[in-house]
Amino acid sequence: MSLPPGVTERDFNLALRQFELAVGREWVFTSDEDVALYRDAYSPFWNEPEDRVASAAVAPQSVEEVQAVVRAANEYRIPIYPISTGRNLGYGGSAPNLSGSVVLDLKRMNRVLEVDDRNHYAVVEPGVSYFDFYRHIQERGLKVWIDCPDPGWGSVIGNALDRGGGYTLGMYRNHFEAHCGIEVVLANGEVLRTGMGAMPGAKTWQQYRSGVGPYIDGLFSQSNFGVVTKMGFWLMPEPEAFRSGVVGVPRHADLVPLVDTLNYLENTGQMTGMPFLGSPVLSANMAGVDASPDTVSREPPLTLTASPEDFDAYTKRNKVPAWTVELRFYGAPEVVDAQWAAAKRRYAAAIPGATFTDLARYEMPLSEEQLQQVHKVAFGIPNLSIFSLGARSEMNPTPTSGHVWFSPIVPRTGEAVFEAQRVLSAAVADLDTPLIGLVALPSTFWTRAFIFIIGFPISHDVEANRKVRAAFEKVVRISAEHGWGEYRTAPAFQDLVMSTYSHGDHVLRRFNEALKDAVDPNGIISAGRYGIWPRHLRKP
Amino acid sequence: MKTKIRYCGVIAMILQGVSGISHAADQDLRATGKQVFDRWCVHCHGDGPEYPGTVALQALYKGAKPALLERRTDLAPAITGQFVRNGVSIMPFFRKTEISDAELAALAAYLAPR
Repeated sequence: MSLPPGVTERDFNLALRQFELAVGREWVFTSDEDVALYRDAYSPFWNEPEDRVASAAVAPQSVEEVQAVVRAANEYRIPIYPISTGRNLGYGGSAPNLSGSVVLDLKRMNRVLEVDDRNHYAVVEPGVSYFDFYRHIQERGLKVWIDCPDPGWGSVIGNALDRGGGYTLGMYRNHFEAHCGIEVVLANGEVLRTGMGAMPGAKTWQQYRSGVGPYIDGLFSQSNFGVVTKMGFWLMPEPEAFRSGVVGVPRHADLVPLVDTLNYLENTGQMTGMPFLGSPVLSANMAGVDASPDTVSREPPLTLTASPEDFDAYTKRNKVPAWTVELRFYGAPEVVDAQWAAAKRRYAAAIPGATFTDLARYEMPLSEEQLQQVHKVAFGIPNLSIFSLGARSEMNPTPTSGHVWFSPIVPRTGEAVFEAQRVLSAAVADLDTPLIGLVALPSTFWTRAFIFIIGFPISHDVEANRKVRAAFEKVVRISAEHGWGEYRTAPAFQDLVMSTYSHGDHVLRRFNEALKDAVDPNGIISAGRYGIWPRHLRKP
Repeated sequence: MKTKIRYCGVIAMILQGVSGISHAADQDLRATGKQVFDRWCVHCHGDGPEYPGTVALQALYKGAKPALLERRTDLAPAITGQFVRNGVSIMPFFRKTEISDAELAALAAYLAPR
C-alpha cells in the first residue's frame, strides 16, 4: 500500500480507521488488487511512473458518511478525490489528479431522490448513472425525458459537473446549465445547499436557480471546492412528436449562410433539437447527411486540403450538396411540421439552390420497432454504442485501449469553421500519431458555440502514448494561439489547458487558488483538479 | 502472474458458487448473475450491430465462437473474473462498488458452461 504524499504511515492508518468507522470496513479498499481498480483505464500514462494511482478508496453511502470521511481526511491532511460513477473515460475515469490520493467513491450513493413530472425536475445522488435514471423513470411511467451523453453509464451529476452535453433540446443539452440546486459537503464537513436550498424548508429548490446573493453553483463544476452529494436537474416533458429533415447547400461558400440561418432558427426557438452538420464531399458516410443510396457510385471523398473550386466542381460532378445540416424538432405534431416548413422557407430564401430532404417523423410513444431505428440519445435513451469508436470491428481489426478527446470551442460561424478546418487539419497532418475520426466539421452540442471533437487513441504502448501526449499538447497550444479553448480535458492535460486561459497574467487561476485556500485550507479535496492546486503543492 | 494471484480469491468464490450447492441455490445464483449481466454487460454485449462488445467478438472470432457472451459455452468462471477485473481493449475494468465479488461470482456462474 502506498502512502499519500506528505502523510505519515501512522496518520494514514489513523485516518483509514476513521474511514472504516464512518462507512464500515468492507467499504474501505486498501489492498493492491482493489486499489488498482481505481486506475484510469484510458490513462495516457499507462504503465509509466506519472500514471495517477490512488493509495486507497473509501465508499460512503450517505451524506453523513461523506461528512465523517471528509472530517477525518481534513484532520489527518489526507488528499481525497471524489468520483461519482468513475466512468468519465477519456477524461480521467476514476483515477485522481494527485497520485496517493484516497478516492472517495460515491457509486453507492445511487438513489434517485425525486422525479416531479408536473414541474419536470429530478433530484439525484452522485452514483446515479443515466441508465439508473432512465430505468427509474420508465418503471414508474413518468412522462419526462432525460438528456444523456453518448455513454449511458456515466453519472448524471458527474457529467454535469464536468460540463458534459447531450442530444435533445438546447436548454437541456448542456448538463450543467440544466441543473437547479446543489448540495455539497465542504472540506470542514459542513453541508452547503445552493440557490433556494439555502433556506430551511425551501419549497422551490429545483424551480428557481439562484436564490439570493452570489450565484455560486459554477464553483463546484470542474473544480475542487467541495464534494457534491445531490443535484437537481430540469427535465423535458415527453414531447408529442419528433421530426427531422436535412438541408443541403450547393457551394463551398454556402456554409456561411447555412450557419447564420441555423443560428437564427435555433436562437429564436424555431429549431429546438440538436442540429448536425455534414458534408457528402468530405465523407460519404457522415451521419445524417446523405439520404441518397448512390454513395458507392461517387468519386472518393475530398480532403480539407481541397480548394473551394475543387469542392464546387466535385458537388457538380457527383450531384451532392457541399454541406448539409440535419435539423431536429420536438413538440406537437402540427408544430414540428410547421417549424420544418418555416425552416425550409427561410433556407430557400437565404441560399439559392438549397435542397430539402424529409427524414423521420415520429409520434410518441415510440413503437418497439421505432426504438430500434432511432438515434437513441436524441430520445433520451442511454446506451453504450459510442464505444464502437476504437473497438474491434470488421473495419478496425486493431482496437485501441482507450482514447482522450481534444475539443476546442470555436465561434458559430461558417468563416470560423473554415479557419478551424484549415488550422486544425494542418496541425494534425504532421502529427506522429493516428486520430480517431476526421477533422471535418464541428459538433453542435452547445447552442452558442461550435466544438470540434478530435479523438486521440490511447494504447498500452508507452512510446505510442508519449506521442499522443506530445501531439495533444501541440494542438492545445495551436488552438489557444487562435483563441479556441478546450471546454474540458483529462487530468493529464488540465494544467496545460488551464495555462492557456492566461488573460491578466493567469488571474483566473490565481483567483481559483485564492478560493481554494479559503474554503479548503488544508488542500484535501481533489488537489490539482483543473489546474487548481492547494498552496502546499503549488509550483512557483 | 500477478493477475492470476490477484483473482484467486474471486475464483475460489466462483467455484464455491457453482459446485457443492443445491440445484435451487444454483438456479438462484444464475438468476442473480442474469441480473448483473442485464445491469452491467448487456449494454455492450447485447444482440445487434449497435453493441460494440458483440461486434468486437464477431470480428475477433469470425463465427468460430458465438459473438454473444450468453451463447458461449466455454466461459469458465475464471475467465469472466479475469475480464471484469482487468478489462480488455476499450472495455475497462469494474470496481467492487460496481460489481462486488459476490455479484461477479453470480455473473460468472450465469455465463459458465452448464
